[in-house]
Amino acid sequence: MVNFLESVLRVAQHAEAGFQPVLPGLILLLPLVGFLINGLGAFMWRDNKRVPSIVGPLAIIGAFAVVVANFLAMRGAMPHDPAVVSLWTWMAVGDLSIGVDLQFDQLSILMMLVVTGVSSVIHVYSIGYMREDPGYSRYFSYLNLFVFFMLILVMGANFPIMFVGWEGVGLCSYLLIGFWYENREFASAGKKAFIVNRIGDFGFLVAMFMIFTHFGTLNFVQVFAAAPETLVFSGGVATLITLLLFLGATGKSAQIPLHVWLPDAMAGPTPVSALIHAATMVTAGVYLVARAGVLFAMAPVSQAVVASVGAGTALFAATIATQQFDIKKVLAYSTVSQLGYMFLAVGVGAFTAGVFHLMTHAFFKALLFLGSGAVIHAMHGALHKVHRHDDPNDMRNYGGLKNVMPITWATMWVGTVAIAGIFPFAGFFSKDEIIWSAGSYGYAVLWVVSILAAVLTAAYMTRLMVLTFHGENRTGGDARPHLREVPAVMWVPLAILAVLSVVGGWLQIPAALPLLPAVDSLHHWLEPVMEPARRVMMEHGFHQAHASPLGGGEAVWAISSTVMALIVVLLTFRALVRRRYRPAAESEAPTGFAGILYNKWYVDELYDRLIIRPLLALWRGCWRIVDAGLIDGTLNTMASGTRMVGWMGSLFQTGRVAGYMFWFVTGVVLILALLLL
Amino acid sequence: MDIETYTLILGALLFAIGTAGVMLRRNAIIMFLCIELMLNSVNLTLVVFSRSLGIEAQVFVFFVMAVAAAEAAVGLAIIIAIFRHYELVDVDRFNLLKW
Repeated sequence: MVNFLESVLRVAQHAEAGFQPVLPGLILLLPLVGFLINGLGAFMWRDNKRVPSIVGPLAIIGAFAVVVANFLAMRGAMPHDPAVVSLWTWMAVGDLSIGVDLQFDQLSILMMLVVTGVSSVIHVYSIGYMREDPGYSRYFSYLNLFVFFMLILVMGANFPIMFVGWEGVGLCSYLLIGFWYENREFASAGKKAFIVNRIGDFGFLVAMFMIFTHFGTLNFVQVFAAAPETLVFSGGVATLITLLLFLGATGKSAQIPLHVWLPDAMAGPTPVSALIHAATMVTAGVYLVARAGVLFAMAPVSQAVVASVGAGTALFAATIATQQFDIKKVLAYSTVSQLGYMFLAVGVGAFTAGVFHLMTHAFFKALLFLGSGAVIHAMHGALHKVHRHDDPNDMRNYGGLKNVMPITWATMWVGTVAIAGIFPFAGFFSKDEIIWSAGSYGYAVLWVVSILAAVLTAAYMTRLMVLTFHGENRTGGDARPHLREVPAVMWVPLAILAVLSVVGGWLQIPAALPLLPAVDSLHHWLEPVMEPARRVMMEHGFHQAHASPLGGGEAVWAISSTVMALIVVLLTFRALVRRRYRPAAESEAPTGFAGILYNKWYVDELYDRLIIRPLLALWRGCWRIVDAGLIDGTLNTMASGTRMVGWMGSLFQTGRVAGYMFWFVTGVVLILALLLL
Repeated sequence: MDIETYTLILGALLFAIGTAGVMLRRNAIIMFLCIELMLNSVNLTLVVFSRSLGIEAQVFVFFVMAVAAAEAAVGLAIIIAIFRHYELVDVDRFNLLKW
């Protein structure tokens, strides 16, 4: 504890010369203090909304400021090795010594910037969105706690500390999905998220055990430095460790087969969906793979698995998103799909591209979620005024909102164009680099799959925009005049994120594109962290081609992809804007192939039949046969046997003295006889 | 046969009569008397043996008499208490403390 306070008060001493982390402990302390104050407020001054409104966002903005200071310090020094700040020793048992260590390197600083930056914006937005909620203080305490754990996750310098953050964000995710716990469905959505994540965490834990057995340490620096010598390239151990780590990543980042919890997680408040289930927490899996890049580079089979699962998820989730009517479900499947892109990138070895998309996605997906939140907020307010119970999340109840909500409309179009990958918005640069990496590293099938998913992305996002903002308004009768644009506290965050969704992509402009200056800042920035993994891959013969599987260089495909996305957006827009939709209450569920997509390929039902029900039957069998039959049976038989003997003994107790006397005399005679004879 | 043998036979007979009385009779007073009979038959036997085996046996006789006196005091008190309650002394009717 003393060490911790020292580290808060002055610059850590363990850092290498050149880069000194600035107030490392304060980054974690601020959100924690915010959590404590707001948590106390949830009990002590529930109706006071002023304190959480100030403390909640300010704690995060303060942390963001400290992170920016660290970023500037690191940019000046550009150290080659990570700076590790040791706060205190957590546990030391035998050969195992785990310290509470924070790692400051280019990757963790970038993640800290994204986490605290996007969190700050969303905290401010939440002031408006949650204004009417009775659990206001509780909401901000959970949100602060989430940022605290997310920062532990990205700052941890060894696997156990990262795991603490990993579990902590899972806890906050559970708490916030089930934030409106009076609703049984919402509460069970929280449980589902938690339980599905447990499956992944099992993989993470076992991977940690294996790493400790083979490396004797769990610190990132030592493990990754020793990996190329300690592990056999493409060997069973390396493959197993990385596959188990990836299992953890599929749970946290909602990839096939553990993607089912994320769409249900939309039960939480929309800013939560934006922060946790789009921008930050769900990208933890990508961060894990990028962080453990050296290990993955040692296991090409695992890399292929990661890339295939990523590409498969990208396409799979995109197909579902095309047929959803709940605006948040569309964005949820879109998130799953975009996370798939990130895994495709880190799987083929383009770690920087994956992290790049992680960052741009955090901007435009947070923007889209907050925009959808603004729409839901407006709809909820209008429906509430006239006491209607239509679903404020259903896009069939929207339509034509661009006239009432012009700012939301404009900013969401920015997000849509960004995610569709149209030049010069952020998604173009990051997504194109991923698709190009998949192609140029020789994954021809995955390359085609990712292009298909990109087409679908443009289509479903345009559909969302048309259904929400264009065409005729379908909001029920008298609620229509009450629709209003959201207050400034909500649209200013939208505007900030819209700007980031445009300029975020300019960090990395490929040299191949004509007429544009080549910018290589992100690659350059992450080079010290990613270089070991790339070196391992290069030593074992991986190389990036200069043409795609179908020929053509990067410039050709980049230009054609943006043109293609633009055409898809325009075609979808033209096709759908004329179509007449009816309000949700008057509509029927889609049938045929659209119905299959609407029902999410029946994956939940499949799991129910294949896993949940057989397991329940198995447990029921165990209960009936083993527990009730074997264990209870043995004990009951013993008990009834004892009672039987007792009953037999009680037959002697007749209550008649003569009887007792008879047995007494008989006994004496028998004993005498035995003694004498 | 000498006098000792006769006296031992008398003691055995008295003991058998006492045992039979306890087993067969229902009246608490009679049973009580029979128990005294058994005790005293044992005393008689002990005295007989003391002639040949030594004086120690007679010490036992005094012990038995002391215990019998105490037992008579307590036993009679119980019988009187029961009689006051039920107005009878038939032991077969006193079976409430069976379990």
